[in-house]
Amino acid sequence: MNGTNENPAALLPELFLLGAAVVGLLLGAWLPRDEQWLVRLLAAAAALAGLVATAVAAGRPDELVFGAAYAVDTPTHATRAIVLVAVLGVLALSVDATTGHRRETEFVVLLQLGALGAILLGGANDLLLLVAAFLLASVPFYALAGWDASRLGTEAALKYYLSGAFLGVAMLAGVALLSGVGGATGYGSVRDGLAAAPVAAAGVGLVAVLGGLLFKVGGVPGHFWVPDVTDGTPPAVAAIVTTIPKVGGLVALYRLVSAAVPADALDRPLLVAVIAAVTMTLGNLAAFFQTTVQRLLAYSTIGQAGFLLIAVAVADRADLAQPALLYYAAGYAVTNVGAFAVVAAFPRARTLDDHRGMARRTPALAVALTVCLLGLIGTPPTAVFVGKLVVFTAAVDGGFAWLAVLAVVNTVASVFYYLRWIAPVFGATGPGAAPLPEGRWAAGTAYVCAALAVGFGLLGGVVLPLLAAPPIAW
Amino acid sequence: MLSLIVFLPAAVAAALVLVPATAPRRVFTGAWVATSAVDLALVVAVWLTPGTGIRFEERVAWMPTVGISYHVGVDGISLPLVGLTSVLFAACAVFALRETRAVKGYVALFLALQTVSLGLFVALDLILFFLFFDLSIVLMYFLIAGWGHGERARAAALGFFLYTFLGSLALLLGFIVLYLAAEPHTFDVVELAAADPLAGGGPVAAFALLAIGIGLAVKTPTVPFHTWLPPAHTEAPATGSAILAGILLKMGTYGFVRIAMPVLPGTWREYALVAVVVGVVSVLHGALVALAQTDLKRMIAYTSVNHMGYVILGVGAAGILAGSDEQARQLATTGAVTQMVAHGLITGALFLLTGVLHERGGTYDMAAYSGLAARTPRFAGAFAVAAFASLGLPGFAGFIAEFQIFTGALASAPVATVCALVGIVLTAALFLRALHRVFLGAPAADRRVADLHPSEAAAIVPLLGLATVIGVLPRFLLDVIEPASRVLVELVAR
Repeated sequence: MNGTNENPAALLPELFLLGAAVVGLLLGAWLPRDEQWLVRLLAAAAALAGLVATAVAAGRPDELVFGAAYAVDTPTHATRAIVLVAVLGVLALSVDATTGHRRETEFVVLLQLGALGAILLGGANDLLLLVAAFLLASVPFYALAGWDASRLGTEAALKYYLSGAFLGVAMLAGVALLSGVGGATGYGSVRDGLAAAPVAAAGVGLVAVLGGLLFKVGGVPGHFWVPDVTDGTPPAVAAIVTTIPKVGGLVALYRLVSAAVPADALDRPLLVAVIAAVTMTLGNLAAFFQTTVQRLLAYSTIGQAGFLLIAVAVADRADLAQPALLYYAAGYAVTNVGAFAVVAAFPRARTLDDHRGMARRTPALAVALTVCLLGLIGTPPTAVFVGKLVVFTAAVDGGFAWLAVLAVVNTVASVFYYLRWIAPVFGATGPGAAPLPEGRWAAGTAYVCAALAVGFGLLGGVVLPLLAAPPIAW
Repeated sequence: MLSLIVFLPAAVAAALVLVPATAPRRVFTGAWVATSAVDLALVVAVWLTPGTGIRFEERVAWMPTVGISYHVGVDGISLPLVGLTSVLFAACAVFALRETRAVKGYVALFLALQTVSLGLFVALDLILFFLFFDLSIVLMYFLIAGWGHGERARAAALGFFLYTFLGSLALLLGFIVLYLAAEPHTFDVVELAAADPLAGGGPVAAFALLAIGIGLAVKTPTVPFHTWLPPAHTEAPATGSAILAGILLKMGTYGFVRIAMPVLPGTWREYALVAVVVGVVSVLHGALVALAQTDLKRMIAYTSVNHMGYVILGVGAAGILAGSDEQARQLATTGAVTQMVAHGLITGALFLLTGVLHERGGTYDMAAYSGLAARTPRFAGAFAVAAFASLGLPGFAGFIAEFQIFTGALASAPVATVCALVGIVLTAALFLRALHRVFLGAPAADRRVADLHPSEAAAIVPLLGLATVIGVLPRFLLDVIEPASRVLVELVAR
């Protein structure tokens, strides 16, 4: 550890987000309501600049900056890229619903701050930075959940905040315990310290920290907020809270278990495997008989979190664990945003039945929705299929064949509820008229995301090798 | 060349999507007929090109980090099925000239399905195989749900999707085990067959074969995984049923000869008796349940279970070394592949014929029809020919196939073969009974059923003609299959 690596240039993508958020907030305070789109433009420019900076940084060797607190390595680059692409997607799909809204600037700025927190979660290599990132990835999203000030939104925000506060405190206690018995806060030192620490204390600390991160991921037992927040908020907000913090939380989990916990001190692979199993089973079963599309997608994201957690369970047991996690997370983010974009295009169609006959009126959007939903199932050649393939392979390779079998059964179960949505879309028009899309931007986002979901799957051969380099450690 | 054959229909489908749906339906059906004719001509060109082993190979790295490549090629096992696919799709294209419901989506779906089917039979990479396997399920789902018979069709399509999707994922698990067992890790079928990664046997090899076997058995389908088949067939449109029975079921049996047998030879030999038993049970169960049906289409659906049972019996017998010589095993394998082609042609024709019947009479219930032979001589003639071909009368392709399977299996599995022979008698009984009910007797006074339309005849008669040619002059087909089945038998016996 040396003190000379305080290199802000290594944090350009994060600084772009922060800068654009601060400038945007000030700008929004002065701009008239119908010119607040400038704030959105600034945010999009910052995200694009961040993507370029990420690409440039990915070409340089990995490094730890600010002591050993923040890692700039493959998982961080991937987190930045996924989160920034998701930010761009959400900025685009929310144009129709938020342009000219009196809190448009707040929407954009809160999104940027939360995204910054998610990226920091992915790169944090120190328990204290992890806590700070957790808060930054939580508080803006609590506010965002109540952004439209509707009755359901307020209730969602309160529920989101309460579960976050509860699990956040647990996480803080866990961090205190881990750093206490580990004798440090940096992941590398904690790992060395825990090797000699009492197993019970380390175990309790780890479980508490996992609890906080599972809240971000939307995995059991931190999943209670997901259905209410996803169903009670506008589609754009729902897309944000089910995508961006999930990616950050998963990479944080992966880094924590692979860098900060000794492999032999605890049976943490089994612990995470059980969490993954329970999460996917619960998410998929609970999605079965949902009638509103956002609640269905909410449980689907819990199910997907379970599949993603498999890769965390086999971290450092299978070579493919990291590319599996990052690739699946990227594919999931694009596909999930695409599905929510279709929902955002039909703000009046809340239930599955409201989508009846959609294919007759808007065949292109129906196809985009089908591609995204089949993509979430994991039908080849979409990105999530490649993700699932690599995750299953990593699971079998890591000695968790039973988990792969369970994931297969869950995948088949998930087909049932996705088809419950697809079938009416292509069915005959019901008593009411088929819904009409109310926004071009949301529809456009859906097309782009559907195309990306397929294209990204076909390009798996190019992308997977880029994700293979293990996290930097010392 | 193969990529052109495979992706030509998909390219045409993509182009048709851009044509507005209000265009005259002849644009769509015409494009489909033309495309399938061109594809058929290309396949014939491939067929006539001399050569042995795996030909027209193309291999491009796709995801090298996980050992996946775009690897295609044809040999004597896949070429007959590629040929069958292009013939049957061409027949469906001609048959569909009379289709009027949402023609644009219908034609685009079928063209995509043709790409998927051809791609599966030429795929030499497990993931490529799986990709086409899965997409066939998705496309067939939309076909049954969208163009089937109403609300019940959607329920049947859902059952079909869930059941066969479960099978496909079991298959994927098996593939992953094979991938991890091979050193270096690969999904390439040719490399895996050469390496024989699980030669040591043991629980891992048994698990891999179990997973792959279940996946393929669901698609084939064999008893006890066949329950999705009757509703899916009954509710699907005629062309959908023809493709489902003629092509999609073959994906299961083809998987056995392309993947399970050469890649897991030792394990296959160990559990070959299971395949034999499952095959015989499918033969008898399919025939007996078909005998009990009053719904004509359901009856034909169950005969598919029966006919696929012979294939499973053949591939099982090819894995039993004790008491059989190489020639017998080769005969059983060749018979199994021939049976796939024969069943595709004959059952395809039968399903198209039942489609004609449903269009005229509005029901598949045999009791609703009587004495059709007097009013519709061409239809009755075609149906009689198809029925006799299906029950295995000499002179038709089915006889050649079943004769080879029985001769090849007799030495190694005599009891099973004798039991399976009973299936032939049962099939004969049920087809004769159906002919008797529907075509003979006094014509029902209130049903005015029109005879075969020229375009329907143009779709169905060539299928029956080809089944007859294979039955009378089988060498052109067997000369292609036999070298490949010799290679396969050697791979299994090593």
